[in-house]
Amino acid sequence: MYVAVKGGERAIDNAHALLAEERRGDQKVPELTLKQIQNQMSGAVDRVMTEGSVYDPELAALAIKQACGDLVEAIFLLRAYRTTLPRFATSKPLDTNAMTLRRRISATYKDLPGGQLLGPTFDYTHRLLDFALAAEGGAPVNPTETAPSEVSDQVPRVLEQLNQEGLIEPADTGEEKIPGDLTRDPVSFPADRSVRLQNLARGDEGFLLALGYSTQRGYGRNHPFAGEIRMGEVAVEIVPEELGFAIEIGEITVTECEMVNQFAGSKEAPPQFTRGYGLVFGHQDRKAMSMALVDRALRCRELGEEVEAPAQDEEFVLYHSDVVEAQGFVQHLKLPHYVDFQSELEMIRRLRASFQNQTPAAAE
Amino acid sequence: MDTIDHNRSENAATTDDYNFAYLDEQTKRMVRRSLLKAVAIPGYQVPFGSREMPLSYGWGTGGIQVTASVIGPDDTLKVIDQGADDTTNAVSIRKFFAKTAGIKTTEETEQATVIQTRHRIPETQLKEGQVLVYQVPIPEPLRWLEARETETRKMHALEEYGTMHVRLYEDITRHGKIATSYDYPVIVNDRYLMRPSPIPKFDNPKMDQNPALQLFGAGREKRIYAVPPYTKVKSLDFEDHPFEVQKWDQSCAICRSDNSFLDEVITDDQGGRMFVCSDTDYCQKRVAQQQREKTSNPGEPSV
Amino acid sequence: MNQSHEAPLLTADNVTRYYGEHVGCRGVSFDLWPGEVIGIVGESGSGKTTLLNCTSGRLPPVSGTVQFATRAEGLSDIYEMSEAERRMLMRTDWGFVHQNPRDGLRMAVSAGANIGERLMAIGDRHYGDIRRTAGDWLGKVEFNIDRIDDMPSTFSGGMQQRLQIARNLVTKPRLVFMDEPTGGLDVSVQARLLDLLRVLVDELGLSAILVTHDLAVARLITHRLMVMRRGEVVESGLTDQVLDDPQHPYTQLLVSSILQV
Repeated sequence: MYVAVKGGERAIDNAHALLAEERRGDQKVPELTLKQIQNQMSGAVDRVMTEGSVYDPELAALAIKQACGDLVEAIFLLRAYRTTLPRFATSKPLDTNAMTLRRRISATYKDLPGGQLLGPTFDYTHRLLDFALAAEGGAPVNPTETAPSEVSDQVPRVLEQLNQEGLIEPADTGEEKIPGDLTRDPVSFPADRSVRLQNLARGDEGFLLALGYSTQRGYGRNHPFAGEIRMGEVAVEIVPEELGFAIEIGEITVTECEMVNQFAGSKEAPPQFTRGYGLVFGHQDRKAMSMALVDRALRCRELGEEVEAPAQDEEFVLYHSDVVEAQGFVQHLKLPHYVDFQSELEMIRRLRASFQNQTPAAAE
Repeated sequence: MDTIDHNRSENAATTDDYNFAYLDEQTKRMVRRSLLKAVAIPGYQVPFGSREMPLSYGWGTGGIQVTASVIGPDDTLKVIDQGADDTTNAVSIRKFFAKTAGIKTTEETEQATVIQTRHRIPETQLKEGQVLVYQVPIPEPLRWLEARETETRKMHALEEYGTMHVRLYEDITRHGKIATSYDYPVIVNDRYLMRPSPIPKFDNPKMDQNPALQLFGAGREKRIYAVPPYTKVKSLDFEDHPFEVQKWDQSCAICRSDNSFLDEVITDDQGGRMFVCSDTDYCQKRVAQQQREKTSNPGEPSV
Repeated sequence: MNQSHEAPLLTADNVTRYYGEHVGCRGVSFDLWPGEVIGIVGESGSGKTTLLNCTSGRLPPVSGTVQFATRAEGLSDIYEMSEAERRMLMRTDWGFVHQNPRDGLRMAVSAGANIGERLMAIGDRHYGDIRRTAGDWLGKVEFNIDRIDDMPSTFSGGMQQRLQIARNLVTKPRLVFMDEPTGGLDVSVQARLLDLLRVLVDELGLSAILVTHDLAVARLITHRLMVMRRGEVVESGLTDQVLDDPQHPYTQLLVSSILQV
């Protein structure tokens, strides 16, 4: 006699317990600390903060630990946590002009005021596995002799130079606009650039990288040059109502990328270079650059370009960039679908039966 | 087996760590405003600021946000998936509300004030005052025809639905009958084209003139819609190919019901199979009733 | 050609459209009468497609008006009416035949569904009747009825074009816009299609605005002709007169440079 399957609740509890075991791994190996993750896996921490939309390296480290290093899971944890946080102020726009620079490069000029400051980068490393790192308790890394970080009033923006000559479209349209807020309101199309940029900042790094790459390979080419990439610390300021003036509440690390893209012109206006913009938490050149490439591609409408390629397709990009949404829907296929499948079974059996009996199609 | 009091769970946090039902009051207010608009325009998809929840998008966050916004401390919640209370995700969602709201939960349809469901409508007839919350993956019925949101919005506004029939026409041409078996599109209140969520078409007639309030939440797609009590819901068809529901040759192997949706269970590897009610509460009730009456009773009036 | 009706079906008055500084069309005015086919000819870049798009509701002119004699309210400015009304007009009382049939067909559904779509869009709900009507129209455009369930991708260019025509005519529109309907087809296929169009126009009392760069097509099917150059109409009149006795030097050049059919 068939007895309906029960025990789903116990199965779930057991699955949780198994997961906890797997997360911890071999008990003889020391447990990961949040400080270790924060300090020695900053690449992971930076990505999780950016896509999780919360700047808190310790929380990101916790999420990474809880997720066993699965960064998509960690991003999800951080986003879910963010939902519970009360919002008590909106900061002023970050002033990246006043950034304490640790890295600043430009591909458009060989040399420029402020110089090319490489900072800590993988760029020129040779990707050879360093087995010395496999040993624990290795020799301490000696602090490098570096010049004090440039404060950027001595480091003018590259694109500002171009702007002074009128060679590039201004960054500021001059209109006062309140940016949309994707964490509160759903996107509606056509979308504002501020909403698009938010979506891209939170968007999956891999997806944006692929789209950015596609523009370089001819799917909506826009001739990009890396005008400037900056990385360093910026102040976060709010203006409390009681005070009426700005106070600094903290400092965060960001990476900013400004792309110089192909010029557009018309009969009324002379040609000017156009811009693409990317901004992320922490040190992530790759994501900031991908974001700038896709930002520029999505500006096709306002720049009068034909929409030819996926990276230019606003609905395609904005609807599929969120890794939390994407992983949810893809993985939901693991949920039981047996009722719908049963409906399909019944339908297909019926159709095959009528095919077998050669019942004529219901035409007149 | 009756109502379960989940005030304390051995896992992690207790109700003290969260606002009632997890969402903050502002968010609930925002969702309720969207719900009111949805109820005022039956079948129309209202955009809402869907929040990230501790469960994945695609796993019922829309339904969860709707439930969290309408549920109160005196409510009794039932959660089903594929018609059963004990499937993994139903268990997971029920635990979530137990943990964050501390409300009474139940497996009995008649005892529930709020029922959250995935892919089925309960067989037991619902009553006035009950709320049925559906989990919706893709809310837009015209999505197959038109990928652009800007265009489908226009089509709804202008009631340009004739092309939906093109798909049905093609089915009849190709298969001799309409081949959609679940998530079967309907017209609500003679106006809006709506997707009922992936319930089998067997359940479509239950939506029509239902005394309960039916709410639909799509978290990932960020849309809410509703069918108020006693509203007309008509499944699309042709005059000469009218809408029909699924039928089985078999009855339920456990309670012998002839008019409920049956799950197919494979019993051995020689093709042996049996059919049992997908709605576990309904099935158990019938068995209990039969045991009480000690006679064979082929069936209570179906919904 | 019947001019016994009192009012024109469509009136264009001073229609002007720019693309930046480039002139699409400028100051074009004409009347279209019921049962009449007007041809717009010119070389590429002459503005004929722009004019077609302006008069068919697809491209608002920057100045000038386009008015259509709607069944309900008589002469109405097509750009003043609501989007809902305009879209309804485009689905029922108007037809638009694209140069490339793929632009005017649903390639992923059968021939029958393509024709039936407009009927379903206006509320027809009887499968058998829709299919029968679709079959009738396939017959009218000399299509093999056995292919009613086939997909358009399996048809030749000429067949796709005839399907597109049937799809447009099923709601018995009074006005059909055509953009190089025979472009890209073999000469013999073209001839057959033009014959068909001429017969349908006569039988159904259709009016049409037809854009073409091919004067031979114009001669075969249009009653009146407008010759465009650089966005302006340089000459207009009865087709035969314009082609046999061109007045404007540009028209003379055009006419003299084609092979007489």
